[in-house]
Amino acid sequence: MKISLTLNNRPKTFDVAPDEYLVDTLRRYGYTSVRRGCDTTSCGVCTLLVDDKPVPSCAFLSARADGARLTTVEGIPETASKLAEHFGERGADQCGFCNPGIALAVHSMEQSGMPADDATIDHYLVGNLCRCTGYQSQREAIKAYLGDKK
Amino acid sequence: MKKTKTVNQQVPSVDGKGIMMGRPAFTDDLTPRNALVIKVLRSPHAFAKITSIDTSEAERIEGVELILTHKDFKRNAYTRAGQGYPEPSPHDKFVLDEYVRYVGDEVAAVAAVDEATAEAAVKAIDVEYEKLDPVLDFETAKDNDTLVHPEDDIYEMFPIGFDPKRNVAASYHMEVGDVEKTLSESEITVENTYYTQAQAHVMLEPHTVNAQLDYQNRLVLISATQTPWHVRRILSQTLEIPLSRIRVIKPRVGGGFGGKQAIHGEMLAAAVTMRTGQPSRLTYTREEVFESSYTRHPMRMTIRMGAKRDGTITSIDFHGLSDTGAYGEHALTVYMVTGSKVLPLYNKVDAVRFQGDIVYTNHVSSGAYRGYGAVQGNYAVESTIDMLAEKLGMDPFALREKNMMLENETSPIFEIMGEGTEGTAMVMESNKLDYCVARGKELIGYDEKYPRRETGESKVRSIGGAIAMQGSGIPYIDMGAATIKLNDDGFYNLTVGATDIGQGSDTILAQIAAEQLGVAVDKVIVYSSDTDLTPFDVGAYASSTTYVSGNAVLKAARSMRRMVIDEAARTLDVNAEDITFEGEVFKVEGSAPLTLSDLSNRLYYNEDQKQLTTTGSYYGTKSPPPFMAGFVEIELDTETGEYEILEYASVVDCGTTINPALARGQVEGGLMQGIGMAAFEDVEYSKKGKMITGDLLNYKIPTNLSVKKFTTEFADSYEESGPYGAKSVAEIGTDTPPAAIANAVYNAVGVRIDSLPITPEKIQKAMNDKKENDV
Amino acid sequence: MKINQLKQVETLDEAYRLLNEDRRNVVIAGGAWLKMSSRTVETGIDLSNLSLDYIEETPEALRIGSMTTLRQLETHAGVRALYKGMLSTSISQIMGVGLRNLVTIGGSIIGKYGFSDVLPALLAMETSLVFHSQGEIPLEDFLESKGRINDVLVSINIRKKKGVGYFKKVKQTALAFATLNIAVSRSEGLYKIAIGSRPSVATLAREAMEEVNLAESVDDETIARAAEHATSLKFSSNPSASEDYRAILARVYTGRGLKEVRDCED
Repeated sequence: MKISLTLNNRPKTFDVAPDEYLVDTLRRYGYTSVRRGCDTTSCGVCTLLVDDKPVPSCAFLSARADGARLTTVEGIPETASKLAEHFGERGADQCGFCNPGIALAVHSMEQSGMPADDATIDHYLVGNLCRCTGYQSQREAIKAYLGDKK
Repeated sequence: MKKTKTVNQQVPSVDGKGIMMGRPAFTDDLTPRNALVIKVLRSPHAFAKITSIDTSEAERIEGVELILTHKDFKRNAYTRAGQGYPEPSPHDKFVLDEYVRYVGDEVAAVAAVDEATAEAAVKAIDVEYEKLDPVLDFETAKDNDTLVHPEDDIYEMFPIGFDPKRNVAASYHMEVGDVEKTLSESEITVENTYYTQAQAHVMLEPHTVNAQLDYQNRLVLISATQTPWHVRRILSQTLEIPLSRIRVIKPRVGGGFGGKQAIHGEMLAAAVTMRTGQPSRLTYTREEVFESSYTRHPMRMTIRMGAKRDGTITSIDFHGLSDTGAYGEHALTVYMVTGSKVLPLYNKVDAVRFQGDIVYTNHVSSGAYRGYGAVQGNYAVESTIDMLAEKLGMDPFALREKNMMLENETSPIFEIMGEGTEGTAMVMESNKLDYCVARGKELIGYDEKYPRRETGESKVRSIGGAIAMQGSGIPYIDMGAATIKLNDDGFYNLTVGATDIGQGSDTILAQIAAEQLGVAVDKVIVYSSDTDLTPFDVGAYASSTTYVSGNAVLKAARSMRRMVIDEAARTLDVNAEDITFEGEVFKVEGSAPLTLSDLSNRLYYNEDQKQLTTTGSYYGTKSPPPFMAGFVEIELDTETGEYEILEYASVVDCGTTINPALARGQVEGGLMQGIGMAAFEDVEYSKKGKMITGDLLNYKIPTNLSVKKFTTEFADSYEESGPYGAKSVAEIGTDTPPAAIANAVYNAVGVRIDSLPITPEKIQKAMNDKKENDV
Repeated sequence: MKINQLKQVETLDEAYRLLNEDRRNVVIAGGAWLKMSSRTVETGIDLSNLSLDYIEETPEALRIGSMTTLRQLETHAGVRALYKGMLSTSISQIMGVGLRNLVTIGGSIIGKYGFSDVLPALLAMETSLVFHSQGEIPLEDFLESKGRINDVLVSINIRKKKGVGYFKKVKQTALAFATLNIAVSRSEGLYKIAIGSRPSVATLAREAMEEVNLAESVDDETIARAAEHATSLKFSSNPSASEDYRAILARVYTGRGLKEVRDCED
């Protein structure tokens, strides 16, 4: 079946199977920043913004995205670039496999005007697993990024 | 230490921005779009012999290009371990075999035009199995009626105690002094047995590989690997393809932690592409990562420790048993590190013994995992130290301070125990363990908080700690090399075999080169790990990259610096000694300065044209250990046994931190994996040997709420033999949490949890049992 | 999971008809848990076009459309005001925000998942389910019903009562399934206790409730007796915890929950 949507503010039409998930559709069409991590909605690596809200794209049926507004990390270059600088200052970027998902979640947090305190950050990002950093440097970097933006 | 501009400075990673912005980087981002999808049919049985495989129905499915079974491969026993060659692991694995030895072992592989077709074909393969009795309890593996490896065409490369007819993959024994005699004469002795569990690596990028034949008809693999050269060699030896016909490229890797040291899908992807001529890809599902890659070796360890009444530890006896699972990758070496990177901490003993068997079972294979035995051994020894302290009536850190190895001291163990072979004698030229302990106590507030405080109804806070050591590469075995090339406009390429897998080695190696060359880090363009394009490196393991590969980079940079100065002298027609050069400008008294940019432009376009390039290589002649002291404060619920980790304070001596922020990331990331192992991570199996924790819903790794606070500091330390004084920092963080948390739980409620993970349920039950016994 | 075709229905009637036409047809709510199953679905019945994502507040009740996401509920002022936010608290501990943006309240209820964190909270209030054909039935009756569900869940009604609530999820990590979860409420002088992840589906701890509700005064001794009664529910073992440990957790947290709601101002 065909779906039409906007991806990073550009209109797109994709041909999808009824049981295909957005992570697979997007990768199939070459949008490789959306990556598979766990297959069970547990890790946050495949995070995508659908109508500005973060969702695990491994569980979002592509057919349901007809008419939706999708954003991958390529659609938020300013956020990603600035956030990367804060990550770099604190050594919070190790393997980076989870980073695009984190950038999207942080972007959504910023857009919805949430407070930049530790508890809010932890609560909002708890679904974005990282096996490399121990999280503390990430939390500091995200806090600094959101603080800068206020 | 001399003042540095780049090293030991805060420098952002060279790749952080591109990765965050989602640039194609990882193996699966770089897979040819038309690649055949490989899916593997895996064993549903823990142990079985395949009596027939019928692929005819699957072959008939449109879009299926190739099906491989054990009949398609010559029987060439190999090891997936990905270690130095010849390997200290038994060659006990076949690409595909008529035996399947664990649930998830490979039976057959399908290559098809897309995933759905490949999956349908996997389902259509009809296999008949003769089910065999599996060995699922490693304590009954040795001399069991079931032989996990009944075949005769498997072998060890050199003596490692390999005895498959007894289910023994490897075995080890060493003794200094007379342990039995010393123990029997000891005024105080303690003994305890500990169990550690299988832990899964859970790097977020699953094992991924793609293969294609290039226009020279050479096999090119892009692989998420820690060891591209080992991959090339193992493929060549096993599939009998000349080494010169294989190229392995390591792109960005999404975490490894030892799990990607071994080879995984590479063999099948190579076989499919060689046979079909078509590109192929194999990406493990998360379930396959859990069920069909590796875990940490589960162990049983019995420690006996003897001491004088004054707190002098006189002897340690360490008797272990390790479960290597279905195949013997890293069996001997992980077990040896269990002793060799723990026991030297207490170097003043009169006698020490370390022995044990590493046995085959029908579980998923155990393999390399950050900490590599040291974390298991640390848990056992550092728990026992606290038990001994209590029996002596001493503070456990006073006991450690009295007995631990200090700077300029040594241990006979270094010379006796290497990794699979004999070791290398060395003196601790840099060891700030005394500072680490003292400072760590301050950071956690030891004197005020030890051992416990009641903090409310059914709440108690307590402190626990442990010390640890690791190594920096394997002496005389691990080798790394680096090439530096000067470009026009005066910037450099640094190509290294060292394998950045997310730990930041590209960045710190560029920093080492930039420091020596006197330029900013962005003038050193680093590229890592391509067997065609970069020089050799054994890979990212054994905490070797900073020390071994870093020294290679330093040598190459020194040489390049001499080369550019020599060229400048020629150009300026002066003696090289008369030139002052910081890195960008060649100055000579009385003449106009020459910039590196001008010099290089002349070299490539104008006069006496030539390419400047140089390669440095290095192998360690010792393995200077990093040291650390770790302290944890927990708050424990005395009714339920639940506990929260309030703070983990650690002080690490890793010599100079080349990049302090990345070093901190290594320590805290390692700690978090150690904490996961200590507190809740647990690979579990059903009674029939099927993994029941094979996904991230059922296997728990730490989240951002698992630890309230890390406090991480580094000791001021300088290792003469390391690049700019650096030692390793990759693994040591993993080691202390199990013992520190076990000790904190004991200090909170007086129960010693001697099996990992330390769950609330175990604590609650132990408290209950204790209460009943006390009555 | 395999879905042969996906049908975005235009009416509830159509959804109901499709559901009853073929046993292999399934209503797809958020789709997250269904994804984990290995079944083959003939027609996936997608309700997303039926505008069932709403939260309506009347003086007596909250009416929640079955396709409302957990995140919508978690952040809704009316939901947060109910029983001191017991339901929001329970939802806020389910996996990550991303998943809660996807998962719906209808799907969370209809699966009768043992690990569900919303069910204890909903049980500890007064909750009924409105089905397209069957009409309104109490949540408790639904949870006790057996067999395939041949009806389409339209909305969830929660009676708005003045009350206080307590929710506790015992878990190994923030993303883990509950080892045990428990909701305790007090409204108009009556206590409710619901315990889930036993690991079977949540249920009211009736004996424990009776102990406190029939007591002349809810003193610590009464609570201790009630907590002891909570251990008589059916618990079993799984890799997260043993049966015995679950019973201990039920006792401890029933006691703590009762004390908290007893001492909490309305």
